[in-house]
Amino acid sequence: MSVCGSCHGCETSVLELPRPAATRSAPPKTIALVGPPNSGKSTLFNRLTGLRQKVANFPGVTVEQHTGVAELPDGRAVRVIDLPGIYSMSPRSEDEQVAYDVLTGKRADTPKPEAILLVLDSTNLARHLMLAAPILSLGVPTLIVLNMADDLRNRAGHVDREALSAQLGAPVALVSARRGEGIDEVFDFMAGALAKPTPMELPVLQDVPKCREWAGRVGRQARYQPPAPPQWTRRLDSVFLHPVAGPLVFALVVLAVFQTLFTAAVPLMNGVRWLFDVSGAWITATLPPSAFRSLLIDGVWKGVGSVVVFLPQVLLLFLFIGILEDSGYLARAALIADRTMARVGLQGKSFIPLLSAHACAVPAILSTRTIENKRDRTATILIAPFMTCPARLQVYTLIIAAFLPERRLLGVFSSRAAALLGLYALGFLAAVATAKALKSSILKSGSTQFLLEMPSYRWPTVQSLGLRLLDRSKVFLRRAGTVILLVMVILWVMAHVPTQGGRAPAIEHSFAGQIGHAIEPAIKPLGFNWKIGVGLITSLAARETIIGTLGAIYGMDPETHSGDLETAIHHDLTPGGAVALLIFFAFAMQCVSTIAVVRRETGGWKWPALQFGYMSVLAYSGAFLAAHLIR
Amino acid sequence: MLQLSGNNEPDGAPSTLLDLRRGDAAILDRIDLPGDEARRLMELGFLPGARITAGFSAPGGDPRVFQVDGSEIALRRETARLLKTRPDKGTRRAAGARIR
Repeated sequence: MSVCGSCHGCETSVLELPRPAATRSAPPKTIALVGPPNSGKSTLFNRLTGLRQKVANFPGVTVEQHTGVAELPDGRAVRVIDLPGIYSMSPRSEDEQVAYDVLTGKRADTPKPEAILLVLDSTNLARHLMLAAPILSLGVPTLIVLNMADDLRNRAGHVDREALSAQLGAPVALVSARRGEGIDEVFDFMAGALAKPTPMELPVLQDVPKCREWAGRVGRQARYQPPAPPQWTRRLDSVFLHPVAGPLVFALVVLAVFQTLFTAAVPLMNGVRWLFDVSGAWITATLPPSAFRSLLIDGVWKGVGSVVVFLPQVLLLFLFIGILEDSGYLARAALIADRTMARVGLQGKSFIPLLSAHACAVPAILSTRTIENKRDRTATILIAPFMTCPARLQVYTLIIAAFLPERRLLGVFSSRAAALLGLYALGFLAAVATAKALKSSILKSGSTQFLLEMPSYRWPTVQSLGLRLLDRSKVFLRRAGTVILLVMVILWVMAHVPTQGGRAPAIEHSFAGQIGHAIEPAIKPLGFNWKIGVGLITSLAARETIIGTLGAIYGMDPETHSGDLETAIHHDLTPGGAVALLIFFAFAMQCVSTIAVVRRETGGWKWPALQFGYMSVLAYSGAFLAAHLIR
Repeated sequence: MLQLSGNNEPDGAPSTLLDLRRGDAAILDRIDLPGDEARRLMELGFLPGARITAGFSAPGGDPRVFQVDGSEIALRRETARLLKTRPDKGTRRAAGARIR
């Protein structure tokens, strides 16, 4: 900060910033954001860090770590850590333990924050102040951020900032993170001199009723006037939680989700596919024919392209769910879904991940973090891959088209659509049955109670939605960029060696083909031949690769070379085999990325291994039954 | 129709949050849950002496949303059963309080 106190050339008056000589502290290098859930903490975090944020895991626990960099007006950078939403600091849950450890510097991987931003909902101040007690007792310079100041104002609430600041012995800022009000005060705090808090009194931290009394006293001293109850929330809830209208809206929302997947996403998907086709054609035209070009086109472009083409679907779905979540509706949906979920041993909060899994299981499993009950969370993670994702849909569509002529059932319903719907239902039923089995045996819950806070309805902000979409697409593209890419390259290599006279071998004699022949005895009872076998192997990494693989195999085979894929499959599979293949894909776990994320979220190999084994056995048995019952 | 909040159970029969219908209010007396679980509820506002009002619910009444200490928290019946209440004396429901 420069001070032009002695310059006479400048005619304008210059503000000399106060700088107490001895106690001027260096700007904080690390600052932590703490607050109860639903206090708008993340919105403030987004305001402070913008695009300069990333999400990672705290090593050793399945707790998310959001870190970012905030740029102060004078150009200096401050590292901001967004800690999980906590109600208190009694370390019972993983979230609270991690928050406590970070704030006290006990975590080796995270530096102890030099300052704390305590974000509280100003419309619920009396209770949220309870968290101020343990935070202030840490003795770390703290800024009390009273968020949602706009709501407080609009609903005729009021608080005396100076009085509150005097009571708590710490600076207080009135902020609306959503609208960007008061944010400069937060920056001023981060840039300025920091002092330890000097609260007038603190309660016994472990005694919850005493803490609440203290919070009430402080609030009264600060002449806190609670705002009027949120009218709009009550009004909307009278519809959304109406005995009849509520479930109707819920059903409409679920339907809209699927509608998005099937229709709205299609033009975007075609656009992505076109991009890949055009760029692929350009490469084919530009590069001379070579092994490298073949690898690039047949391996990388086709393989990665087949995954990236789903990006619009995934993003649209998460945009939709993001709007539902940020607006507050999702809590109501979880409430309505709870009873049904409870019947299979789960709870309402499992509903959202299971819905998202219809777009992609990977981000869906990540979103199970909101389920506090560890066993419910594990069960949800384990059954999520049963949901019919777009990859499965691609395979279903191909096989149904090859085997089921399009007919009108009862003159109205398309036979193919009915078959598709049946497969969707099959996946759902398998998930539900598995949940019931898990929750009655190895994942049987203790007596953990179901608690769900209903936030007030709010308009979602474009910034939060945008940032969340960016985060999701990064996760999804990382999947395409690393796992699938690696697999496609390996597959390409396996299909093109050993070379015969410097040229690629016939698919039968390549490594891939040899492996297909090797496993043929095992899959013959299911009605599959070695070609399907090769397809099954490649699909272990990602389901939809079977389409490309079969396309390549039949394409290379002089007999089927000229026909289309559907005809080729039709000749190679009996109807029983076709159904068996459908059922196999309905139940099998064929997604390396899912396995990877399950491992990360459950903290070990035990669960993903169990999941893979169980689903494989189910897939094999189901296909076996189908092949033998249907002739 | 004016109605006294709370319930009209004879003395001796404990009343719980389960007995509240939409719009009814009562005072929380105690939480019949082990320490950790009770603490979680207390942190959310369910403190002995707090006034709790029953709000909307999922179809069928389970789970139900309860307004307590400035927040709305949904509980299942099995939990609501364990939150013992006493009548909220001294307040009569005003004509506008019931939203029908």
